[in-house]
Amino acid sequence: MMQAFTVLNGLVVPLDRSNVDTDAIIPKQYLKSVKRTGFGPNMFDDWRYLEPGEPGMDHSKRTPNPDFVVNQPRYKGAEILLARDNFGCGSSREHAVWALTDYGIRAVIAPSFADIFFNNSFKNGLLPIALDEAIVDQLFREVEAQEGYRLAIDLEAQTITTPSGGVIDFEVDEFRKYCLLNGLDDIGLTLKHADEIRAYEERRRQEAPWLFQE
Amino acid sequence: MSAKTLYDKLWDDHVVRTENDGTSLIYIDRHLVHEVTSPQAFEGLRIAGRQPWRTGSVLAVPDHNVPTTDRTAGIADPVSRLQVETLDQNCRDFHLTEFPMSDIRQGIVHVIGPEQGATLPGMTVVCGDSHTSTHGAFGALAFGIGTSEVEHVLATQCLIQKKMKNMLISVDGKVGAGVTAKDIVLAIIGEIGTAGGTGYAIEFGGEAIRDLSMEGRMTVCNMAIEAGARAGMIAVDDTTIDYVKGRPFAPRDGHWNQAVSAWSALKSDEGAEFDLVVRLDAHSIQPQVTWGTSPEMVIPIDARVPDPADEPDSVKASGIHRALDYMGLQAGMPINEVSIDKAFIGSCTNSRIEDLREAASVVRGHQLADNVKLALVVPGSGLVKEQAEREGLDKIFTEAGFEWREPGCSMCLAMNADRLEPGERCASTSNRNFEGRQGKGGRTHLVSPAMAAAAAIAGHFVDARTLVEKENTQ
Ligand code: SF4
Repeated sequence: MMQAFTVLNGLVVPLDRSNVDTDAIIPKQYLKSVKRTGFGPNMFDDWRYLEPGEPGMDHSKRTPNPDFVVNQPRYKGAEILLARDNFGCGSSREHAVWALTDYGIRAVIAPSFADIFFNNSFKNGLLPIALDEAIVDQLFREVEAQEGYRLAIDLEAQTITTPSGGVIDFEVDEFRKYCLLNGLDDIGLTLKHADEIRAYEERRRQEAPWLFQE
Repeated sequence: MSAKTLYDKLWDDHVVRTENDGTSLIYIDRHLVHEVTSPQAFEGLRIAGRQPWRTGSVLAVPDHNVPTTDRTAGIADPVSRLQVETLDQNCRDFHLTEFPMSDIRQGIVHVIGPEQGATLPGMTVVCGDSHTSTHGAFGALAFGIGTSEVEHVLATQCLIQKKMKNMLISVDGKVGAGVTAKDIVLAIIGEIGTAGGTGYAIEFGGEAIRDLSMEGRMTVCNMAIEAGARAGMIAVDDTTIDYVKGRPFAPRDGHWNQAVSAWSALKSDEGAEFDLVVRLDAHSIQPQVTWGTSPEMVIPIDARVPDPADEPDSVKASGIHRALDYMGLQAGMPINEVSIDKAFIGSCTNSRIEDLREAASVVRGHQLADNVKLALVVPGSGLVKEQAEREGLDKIFTEAGFEWREPGCSMCLAMNADRLEPGERCASTSNRNFEGRQGKGGRTHLVSPAMAAAAAIAGHFVDARTLVEKENTQ
């Protein structure tokens, strides 16, 4: 069961780079874990710490890179990540989403996302919101200008409210919204259609029997 | 009935049901599994008390973590070992076909699927790995998925998907001699950018694509994801069918003729409409080298590294600046003056027999340059390795000072012991040049097998065609 997403009023951290790839979000040495949890301390590991990291280290003892935005005290506890275009490109690793959610990020706002990352987010209660480049630019300016900048995201209403009361609408697929609002496991939903899947298989077995040669 | 694209046909053949908003349930024919993205999916199945829907659709193989040196002692790193053992155990528990590390058929998941005939035209193929787009070379709908989706496919044989848009990339005319599939796809990415294909399924067409072997087509489709597209594909023709014929998992007996006649329809109809068409002139494509930290940062071998001062867009200029800084390059320097420390020939992009032949043809009779500390050749599978050894390619490499290794992902992502040290520069036949991809602080330049081999011999980037020509005139 994933965490439901309804309304989030969260602190925003700006990551001003395009093409942030999943290798950067969670470097490969941490992919050796066979668990879904514990990736938070290694989110953006190469950028976040000064010395190289390996699994099994005590990451609280490493030196944070003071120049990396996530480490700045004013962004501590951020739940919304503001990013640039093509966020989450590269490998399909869902570990990237697990690292963000384990750290405490609940929503990512960017002009565009890579398809697989976008998809993976919804499976884990992380809301990716794509907005026009100009709006994202404006948000970057506001976040940087104002310490403690928060956004209120209402998934049901599909709105983002800024501190000054401005309201931004966003798009989300009906089905994804429904699953996210209710924290639904989509395997359970799909299995409700088990009869249709079997019927499809029967028909396909007639048309293309070689696909079932096992 | 209106004209359909290849993608439309593959999609329509696999829809189980569609919701009002267009979200569809898609049936999956082949599910490839590796050790990195599957453990949490199997754990999910166990927790929910579920069983795989169709065990016969699954083929599993460890590849990312396996050592490429002597394997008789097993995997030294305990964390990697646990991940590989977890895959072995999950395959036993759920009765799935696996080629374990000791099996001659083991290799990179995207190499062994086609090699075994487990990837067939007209299939939907998924794997918890973004380079699953490789299999689209067979006229299949193939794309990478996340771990939650791996679990979803295991449990239901289906995926929840929305249809993507259609893009055609047509590479018209013929490429010059010595210009390879890798150069074609790097040139495409340089043209449309790493987000150019986002939201699209790309069909590659045109004479230059038709002229490619299956190995070359796989190289092109492999990097569709680097152009932002989850799926890349190429229509079926005789080249496809000849490649598939006789492979262990290919249709047998009476099914073969039936399959071949069904596969002949797997191409876009005359007049089918694409949402976007991009055309490239094959003749203008030169051997390519990436200079930066994204595959779109690519130039021909005779060009110079860009200067951020020439870029009017300030976000892009700062991206160029950051990349040059990370890569340790000067703006405006000729790329063929950049010297390398290591070379890597391998990965799911370029580790098939033809890639190794291409590299060997450049290496033959030469020696590794003194400044090159390590040049690795890592075949894509145990069977590729065996064939290369039959052809004597291993000797050509080792006599020149290259290392000849066991199959796996190796230095493509450096999850095992093969990696770059901080600041080291590598000519690599893999697909990603992101910061730290081949080891923290490592600098990756993506090239074709011929260009990687040539750089290893010259000690710096060089047009591989000049080495081969010299050879021929001597
Ligand atoms: S060779 Fe590289 S890109 Fe291909 S599957 Fe392995 S790690 Fe991924």
